[in-house]
Amino acid sequence: MTLDCKHVWAQVSEYIDGTVTAEMKKDIERHLSGCRYCSAVFDSTRNILVLVGDERTFELPVGFGERLHGHLRTWMNSADSGA
Amino acid sequence: MNSATDNRDVKQAAGVAEAAHEANVIARILAGERELFHELIRPYERGLYLAAYAIVQHEADAEDITQEAVIKAYKALKSFRGDARFGTWLMAITLNEARNRWRKTKGDQLDFLSDCEESTGDYTPSVLADWRYIPSEELERKELRKALREAIAKLSPAYREVLILRDVRGMSISETAEATGVSEGLVKVRLFRARLSMQKLLAPQLAPKQRGFMGWLTRKAGGQ
Repeated sequence: MTLDCKHVWAQVSEYIDGTVTAEMKKDIERHLSGCRYCSAVFDSTRNILVLVGDERTFELPVGFGERLHGHLRTWMNSADSGA
Repeated sequence: MNSATDNRDVKQAAGVAEAAHEANVIARILAGERELFHELIRPYERGLYLAAYAIVQHEADAEDITQEAVIKAYKALKSFRGDARFGTWLMAITLNEARNRWRKTKGDQLDFLSDCEESTGDYTPSVLADWRYIPSEELERKELRKALREAIAKLSPAYREVLILRDVRGMSISETAEATGVSEGLVKVRLFRARLSMQKLLAPQLAPKQRGFMGWLTRKAGGQ
């Protein structure tokens, strides 16, 4: 099946997740091989998601873990003492 | 069997082993070894904070929500049946806390999803002539990290939620659906919109032809 650009864009998310059918995958890849614009759309989307998923993009506040476990410990102790 | 099937099988086996280990730890906590609860939540705490932050967009509130969610989970541990993975259950508690906080802040008249499902929006990507791959090492530059975070902040909370769970935490579609309390189909719709919106917001800024941002990177790399 020949897909136009809009149909290809509609599949970008599922294509990245690897959940498109084998036939659809083939159709998309055929389109991408001849369309530099859609290739750029797919490449940029995938690249941006890799950057978003990198640990460096979101940092935890300094001391987050210590405060979390400290708060939990204090709560457990007060629950134990029946406060 | 192909490598994708192999990887899925390995991941599934690891998941089963992890769930069995967690079930054992939970049984010991309930039997009185409460200190183990700290270890049980440790692998998830970063994800819980990020999910809370994705919704409320406020560091101190997100930290507070995470603390409250963890205590709620401890109190409710007896009721954890193991139908879902512990991490998914814990995430669902955190998201619930965060949504409640979001509603309180924004006012009860605002629905968490009102700016999302009801609007058709413009979900077309930014069309570029080419794309130059940006390696992860570029994240050492705070301007790139800031651009990514600002783009996420512009999404609706329900879109931020699925993007963080799926693309930052690496949860599966079914785990994301379970944690957010919506169908897998709706998770896919939201994820598609979130991902395409991210591309639309960021690609023009980061594309090689637009020299602004990349130009900054090049100048910086050259020590200028």
